[in-house]
Amino acid sequence: MCLAIPGEVRAISGDTLLERTGSIAYGSIIKQASLAFVPEARVGDYVLVHAGVAISLIAQTEAQRIFDYLDRIDESAR
Amino acid sequence: MKYLDEYRDAPACQRYLAAIARITTRPWTIMEVCGGQTHAIVRFGLQELLPPHIELVHGPGCPVCVTPLEIIDKALALAARPEVIFCSFGDMLRVPGSRQDLQTVRGAGGDVRVVYSALDCLHIAREHPHKQIVFFAVGFETTAPGNALLVARAAREGLSNLSLLVSHVLVPPAIEAILSSPQNRVQAFLAAGHVCAVMGTAAYQPLAARYHAPLVVTGFEPLDILQGLYMCVRQLEQGRAEVENQYVRSVRAEGNPEAQALIASVFGVVTRQWRGMGEIPASGWGLSPAYRAFDAEHRFDLARVSAPEPAECISGQILQGQKKPAECPAFGLRCTPQHPLGATMVSAEGTCAAYYQYRNCESA
Repeated sequence: MCLAIPGEVRAISGDTLLERTGSIAYGSIIKQASLAFVPEARVGDYVLVHAGVAISLIAQTEAQRIFDYLDRIDESAR
Repeated sequence: MKYLDEYRDAPACQRYLAAIARITTRPWTIMEVCGGQTHAIVRFGLQELLPPHIELVHGPGCPVCVTPLEIIDKALALAARPEVIFCSFGDMLRVPGSRQDLQTVRGAGGDVRVVYSALDCLHIAREHPHKQIVFFAVGFETTAPGNALLVARAAREGLSNLSLLVSHVLVPPAIEAILSSPQNRVQAFLAAGHVCAVMGTAAYQPLAARYHAPLVVTGFEPLDILQGLYMCVRQLEQGRAEVENQYVRSVRAEGNPEAQALIASVFGVVTRQWRGMGEIPASGWGLSPAYRAFDAEHRFDLARVSAPEPAECISGQILQGQKKPAECPAFGLRCTPQHPLGATMVSAEGTCAAYYQYRNCESA
C-alpha cells in the first residue's frame, strides 16, 4: 500500500496550500495529485506521489548517488 | 520512466550483487519491513541472486495484512448500511472478515466504492449530500498525509456527511516488537523508504542503538534494495549498528515537515491491535479529539465483534519473520489468493500472495 510513483509536475493550480494540486505526468499518463505537502515544487520538478498525494520532492542532485556509490565500492575492491 | 527504469539496470544490479558477495563472510538475517519491498524482492528473484548465507525475511509492513479482524468487521457492518457510501482503497475489498469481505457486501447491494485517493471522497460527499460517506483510512505513515488532508479539507468545507474508519499503524513500534521478541532472529532492517519520506529517520536511531541492529532506509527498485542490503551487510560485518539512508533522492533526515504538522493536528497516537501480532502499545494513529466528529466509530453505533483467526493460518509468525510460507501446511492448497485463509495471502504485498504469484509451491 505504500507504493509511490515518481512523476513530473506539468501544471499547478489551487488557491490555498491545502488545495494546491498538480497535473503530474507519469510517462504518457497525466493525473491530478495534491501538492499540499511539497510547497517548494515547481513545474518541471519530479515528485513522489502516493495515492494521489505528493509526499516528497525528488532531489535530482541525489538521484545519481546510487551509481557513484557503486563506482566507489568497485574501485576500492580493485 | 525517469527515476524508475534506471534503478532496474541489470548490469548495475550484478555489480551490487558481486559487491555483497565480496564483503559477506558470515550468515546474516535481514528483514525488509515494507510489503512493497517484499513484492519487489520476490518479483525480481533477488533472494536467489544473493549469497546463500544472506537470508531475507519479510516484515509486517503490509497494512492490508495487519488491519485487525474487528476493524474489518466494522467496515463490513458500515458498508452494508443503506445510507452509507463506503469508500476504500481497492486492496481492502477482498480482505476476509470473520464471515465475509467488502466485495461480498457490494455484491449484496452495499454501495462500496474503490477510490484512488482519500481526496476522492470530497467529491463523493459533495455529490451525495443525503448519504453518509465513510472512508476506510488504513495504512502506515505513508498514507497518513492524504488521510489527514481529507479530514482538514472536509472540516474547512463543513462537509458533515463524511467520516473515517481509522486503523492507522506505525512502523517503529512494530520494529521494536520484533526486535524485543525472544524469538527474534532479525539482525538488520531495510527500513521503509516511503514511510521515512514522510516521517524522517530520527525515530529509528534509538532502535538501532538499543538493539544493536543496523537500519538502512531503502527504496523499492531492485538497485535500491541491493544497495540497501550492501549497506546492511557492511554494517553487520563491521560490527556497526547505525541508521543509514540509501534512498537519498526521496528521503530527507527530517522527513516532510508540512505533512508531519498536519498529521499531528489531525491524529493522535493510540494503542492498536495488529492482525497476527496482537496489541502493540502506541503503535497507531486515531483521530484527535478536535476531529472526533469525523470518526465513524463515534458517529455510528457499531457493535463490538470479536472472532478468532483460522487456527491453521500462521500469518502472525510470517509477519514477524519467524516462518516462511512453505512452512504452512495450507499454503497453495487450502489457502490461495482466490480463497485466502489469512491476510498475508490477500494483498499483493502480503508475503504469502507474493510467493504464490511469483514462485511455485515447492520452491516457496
